[in-house]
Amino acid sequence: MTGKKEAVQALWTYVVLLVLLLIAVGLRMFYLGLIESLLLLLIAAIEAVIVLLFFMQVRASGRLIWLFAGGGFLWLSILLVFVISDYISRSWWR
Amino acid sequence: MSNNRAILYEHFSDIEQQRETSTAGIWVFVASEIMFFGALILAFSVYRFSYTQAFNEGAQELNVVLGALNTGILFTSGLTMSLAAATNKMGAKFLTILLLLATCALGAVFLVIKGIEYHEDWTKGLFPGEAFHWSGSNSPQVQLFFLLYFIMTGFHALHLLVGIGLILVIAWLVLRGWVHEEHFMPLEVIGIYWHFVDMVWIFLFTLLYLLGGKV
Repeated sequence: MTGKKEAVQALWTYVVLLVLLLIAVGLRMFYLGLIESLLLLLIAAIEAVIVLLFFMQVRASGRLIWLFAGGGFLWLSILLVFVISDYISRSWWR
Repeated sequence: MSNNRAILYEHFSDIEQQRETSTAGIWVFVASEIMFFGALILAFSVYRFSYTQAFNEGAQELNVVLGALNTGILFTSGLTMSLAAATNKMGAKFLTILLLLATCALGAVFLVIKGIEYHEDWTKGLFPGEAFHWSGSNSPQVQLFFLLYFIMTGFHALHLLVGIGLILVIAWLVLRGWVHEEHFMPLEVIGIYWHFVDMVWIFLFTLLYLLGGKV
């Protein structure tokens, strides 16, 4: 990607991230319980994906980089999904 | 500028392979960092699930305004870092150095604000250990929230501090002409690290400040 294209993309990425931040902070004012929590986590995930694809340039990278970048998140998802599902499904431990 | 200014090391067949290897290398490091912060985030999630009420009370003690401000500052530093990579490719040497220094300055402002927050937490008696003071119920669980808060934000701040040091080195290398529009990978690689530190903060801000609190 040329420098100029990269600069324009970075500016757009920044604007979108700021808008998402404002939405997230705004959401905190409402008591929506579980829905609010899920929405906040969803916004965080979207922000992270935007940073990953555009700031970290994964979108413009080749398949090898997708593999390397995806590897860390794959292991993280195994860790999170297996442990959290264990705790959520156990009723006797409390 | 001709392509012969790009430095090709002998064990690579061409410059593209060399650049891709650099990116893959930093991603292996970032993967290890994902597991490091992931384990902390997992521990926090499990305890948040177990002690929801106490963790909500803890979250309400944090300064959301300063937390949100810091998030905005980190996003801005992400922008200046990306712009530095872009202007470096355009051959604008001094603008690149300026943007790198701006990134460092924003990182430093983040750390100062974090320091103000830590001071606020300390004076409110929220630092875990003997100094911890909690008048409400669930004191041990609230203390656990603050223990995880200080560990996670502390390690994040440490990563940011390392990032500032690395960017200063890159700025110096740009100044000396070692990093330029044909040999840009050192700047790109440090950029990936810096953006990763941004990404960690997105989750820390959401989990610690936003979940279960009120403005």
